[in-house]
Amino acid sequence: MTAVQSIAEREREIVEEFALFDDWFERYEYLIELGESLNKIEDEYKTEAFRIHGCQSQVWLRPDYRNDKVFFKADSDAAITRGLVALVVRVLDGLQRSEIRDARFDFLDDIGMNEHLSPTRKNGLSAMVEQVKNYAREDASS
Amino acid sequence: MSELQNPTMDHVVKSNISELSDINYDVESVRNDFPILSRKIHDQDLVYFDNAATTQKPASVIQTLTRFYSEQNANVHRGIHTLSQEASDAFEAARGTIKKFINAASEQEVVFTTGTTGGINLVATALSRGILRPGDEIVISGMEHHSNIVPWQMACEYTGAILKVIDVLPDGTLDLEHYESLLTEKTRLVSIGHTSNAIGTIHPLKAIIDLAHSAEALVMVDGAQAVPHESVDVVALDADFFAFSSHKVYGPTGFGVLYGKKDLLEMLPPYQGGGDMIETVSFEKTTYNTLPFKFEAGTPNIAGAIAFAAAIDYLNEIGMDAVRKHEQGLIEYGLDALGSIPGMRIIGDGCPRASVISFLVGDIHPYDAGTFLDRMGIAVRTGHHCAMPLMNRFKIPGTIRASFGMYNTRSEIDALVKGVERVRGILA
Ligand SMILES: Cc1ncc(COP(=O)(O)O)c(C=O)c1O
Repeated sequence: MTAVQSIAEREREIVEEFALFDDWFERYEYLIELGESLNKIEDEYKTEAFRIHGCQSQVWLRPDYRNDKVFFKADSDAAITRGLVALVVRVLDGLQRSEIRDARFDFLDDIGMNEHLSPTRKNGLSAMVEQVKNYAREDASS
Repeated sequence: MSELQNPTMDHVVKSNISELSDINYDVESVRNDFPILSRKIHDQDLVYFDNAATTQKPASVIQTLTRFYSEQNANVHRGIHTLSQEASDAFEAARGTIKKFINAASEQEVVFTTGTTGGINLVATALSRGILRPGDEIVISGMEHHSNIVPWQMACEYTGAILKVIDVLPDGTLDLEHYESLLTEKTRLVSIGHTSNAIGTIHPLKAIIDLAHSAEALVMVDGAQAVPHESVDVVALDADFFAFSSHKVYGPTGFGVLYGKKDLLEMLPPYQGGGDMIETVSFEKTTYNTLPFKFEAGTPNIAGAIAFAAAIDYLNEIGMDAVRKHEQGLIEYGLDALGSIPGMRIIGDGCPRASVISFLVGDIHPYDAGTFLDRMGIAVRTGHHCAMPLMNRFKIPGTIRASFGMYNTRSEIDALVKGVERVRGILA
């Protein structure tokens, strides 16, 4: 078994999974399914401190630093956003901070979900990606 | 039958006319006048139900815009050359068309703005310049669009005036008893929407205005959502100020109208300073132009004004009453059809409404519903509709809003119902 997959490997895996579906409808159904299995943030942490303001839908995200790696728990109140959050977390979870800082999420384009990353959708996803990178920048000693 | 026991001639004649126009309303021919309606979205026929955000434009409006820029373009009120004269004439003729459309008494009462937001900010800012005093009270409602809330909050901040808010009842109407209790000798102004953009409620505007006037308060009306759907008569309403946007009435964006009673507009200090709004300028003393130009600093949206007049001509040709009747038919049909979906919650159930149905289905998040519906070619609005206080009032994060226009059809509503059913299948 390989040790830790790189971002590129993780992204490729997701793109391959989504390629199994013929139409957008099934892809969205699968996305929502992935959202259900997201490592969810506990209700007690669904607070202002961990909330990402999205206007239309909200995202909660909490980092957990272990050595130089960052793990995430998250959730959203909208099913599609939750699925997208699950994808982002899946790509980044447990990686080194430096890797997270450079992540670009081009794979969302390849699976036909890129539109959701636009800040004008006001769904919290683009702000979440910003926040993920901020967390990766923060001092590990905290 | 009970209705007929006490008929007024007026009522009988009107209802006959509107029934006739309903039969005669040829929605397919109206649709043919709107080029964008033949677009496909995600390979599906476009169903455009976001008319409360902005309406589509008929070909005559689009042609007027291109004709202006290809044949007539010049600045207005400034040159004696032919083009400038032609542009100025067309621009002022548009004012005449608009004046008639809202039945204003004079063209001096028709101020051109950038939109509803521009009109409300004009009045709020001008009133903040030496007219509003600390302790004065401004009354708005809990159902207002942010653009009829924030300018008044700003005015209060600058002047020390106090903002009072009329409660919204669970059925989506305003609490008129509460309104009456808010009217005191301190009330200087009531600023109220005619029709709610978020849930569609039509307010009893005439009664609201009369009550304000008997308390000697002025009334500003946010007419953005009323003008597209019914014929508005600012004189019959006795509104002191009335603002609306061209783009919600089948005209171009970036143009709007502020109606104001002449003596009140005379009384208000100017809003923005610049060209066109002055009579003479010197460093000792500048004197201002007459109405309506006193409020029209800078080069206006000339093409916008002229093309908006084309939109009004188009509406007049179809007939505002026929449009209203058609849309009321859509609302009734839509309430019925959507109402049959399990888990359906229509916000403001039971209020008299214009062309808006705002709803939630079970626990389905509006964002999810909106995304799926878009994939099916159906454009609805999701979110708080710039009325966050109203959403908080109903303790909801937002709604799915279908808003109808003159070109929408019952079969489009069927498509929406089918779409919502499909979303339910995935998410409920
Ligand atoms: C009730 C109401 N008021 C004001 C506005 C603001 O209109 P505009 O953005 O055209 O200035 C809108 C538009 O969304 C509205 O629906």
